[in-house]
Amino acid sequence: MNEGPPLPGRGNVSRRSFIKSVIATGASVSAMSWFSAPTAGRPQPAARGAVGRLVSLEVNGRTRRVDVLPQETLAMTLRYKLGLTGTKLGCDRAECGACTVMIDGVAHYSCSTLTHRVRGREVTTVEGLEGPGGELHPVQRAFIDELGPQCGFCTPGQVMAAAALLRANPDPTRDEARRAMSGNLCRCGAYDHYLNGVMRAARTGSTATPEVSHA
Amino acid sequence: MMNDMMTHFDLLQPADLDSALDLLSRHGADAWPLAGGYDSFDWFKNRGKQPAVVIDLEGIAELRGVSELEGGDGPGGADGIEIGAMTTLAAVEADPLIRSRYALLADAAAQVASPQIRNAGTIGGNVCQDTRCWYYRYGMTCYRAGGNTCYAGATGAMNREHAIFGADRCVAVTPSDVAPALVALDAGMVVRSARREKIVPAAEFFMPPGIDITRMTVLGERDLLTAIRIPDRWAGADFRFEKVADRKTWDFALVSVAAAVRTSGSGNGRGVIEDARIVAGAVQCIPRRLTAVEDLVRGRPRDEATADMAGELAVRGADPLDYNHFKIPLLRNLVKRAVRGA
Repeated sequence: MNEGPPLPGRGNVSRRSFIKSVIATGASVSAMSWFSAPTAGRPQPAARGAVGRLVSLEVNGRTRRVDVLPQETLAMTLRYKLGLTGTKLGCDRAECGACTVMIDGVAHYSCSTLTHRVRGREVTTVEGLEGPGGELHPVQRAFIDELGPQCGFCTPGQVMAAAALLRANPDPTRDEARRAMSGNLCRCGAYDHYLNGVMRAARTGSTATPEVSHA
Repeated sequence: MMNDMMTHFDLLQPADLDSALDLLSRHGADAWPLAGGYDSFDWFKNRGKQPAVVIDLEGIAELRGVSELEGGDGPGGADGIEIGAMTTLAAVEADPLIRSRYALLADAAAQVASPQIRNAGTIGGNVCQDTRCWYYRYGMTCYRAGGNTCYAGATGAMNREHAIFGADRCVAVTPSDVAPALVALDAGMVVRSARREKIVPAAEFFMPPGIDITRMTVLGERDLLTAIRIPDRWAGADFRFEKVADRKTWDFALVSVAAAVRTSGSGNGRGVIEDARIVAGAVQCIPRRLTAVEDLVRGRPRDEATADMAGELAVRGADPLDYNHFKIPLLRNLVKRAVRGA
């Protein structure tokens, strides 16, 4: 997708990459504060099965080392620790679908998944659908062709729900697609457009590259 | 949005059931067993519950999957199947064994919440979830929360979703779609603690407020629901699960009815009703087994007249609140359709 016009007075830095750099700075600052905070010297919980703080996550085909709180959700980790802001947080209560990502190829709400649960599993966000040459995923192309996104806030979640469906069922009926997409709200009400997009992606996907590049 | 960060807890991820039961018995009331998390995180994010220790059950392989019971391992010495409590609702919905023999359960699981929630939400978590009464969920100190009043039952309160039967101080309803199906199938709930294992019939698993208003099931602080066993008594019966909710996705039932019916004689599955189990959800604090209706329809032809009588009998004694009268015709018609079979 278009990176948008450069911000005035910031040279070639796009709005998106500017925001990401701010998040990256914030993440390293907050990570630093963990080491210097009075609690930093506190021993890890000794109980059996207790989780460690520094974990490795497989995100979009890359291994990412990240400092994760026990109660941290995947959406928080993706957005605020890894800078993967394509995943949106709408309600943070599993009631809207904006935060949908794939875990081992299956659609999940990242706002209601503990990050510690996805250690050793393959997490795919909307950023991870990009082809090797930067090309869009068939679902993204089809959503554009069918005028799916209006305000666009729910779109990454819709894309991930659709991509997960086509991964499990490359040739869904319209009803199967409707059901698979039913966990994603769209406040603009573009449901039929998204549904048309899913069906178009299912038709075109066979000649294109429906598979996630790394999966 | 950062306000929605849950408050700190120690996260324990035991790798096997014995460790989990041991941790649970060690931490007692401080511990919170975590299944899919969709009920739990709501509580945690809203600060309604703030456990010191969360015991994540997801890594315990023996709690997942569907297996066949043979040689009288099922409840009451019957054959049947066993479903691990941590089996996801999506897996229950798709399981070929459940689909072919206990489609009632598959149909009920398929109607829970949304696809993403079914991908993580478990059958055990679904039947153990807390009630959705919003006064209670909001953190009001009602009877259920240890206080001395019920806000939802008060005059003019928002009680459109609440009980029409069996209110005892609390007027909240059972939120589970799967629970009525399990009661209809006469399932056995395998309850374990570090010290014992017992099998509780599904009909006795859910806790009426008159007995203990502070919990929804018989599970104590150190107990875990580890599996659900379904006897083959009702395998392949004529099943019907219907759920009515404001929205087709996400919403909890306003009324649901799960029915298993066996008929004899010919006439495209019609004939005479030999036996039936009919259970309603979201009309009472526990799944409401309609034993009077079952007794009525047994031995009667499966036709419109029987269905009419069944529907009328199903709502007898209903005691609606200010805003939930509509549940009476809803229940009447769902029972009628279940008995009529179309």
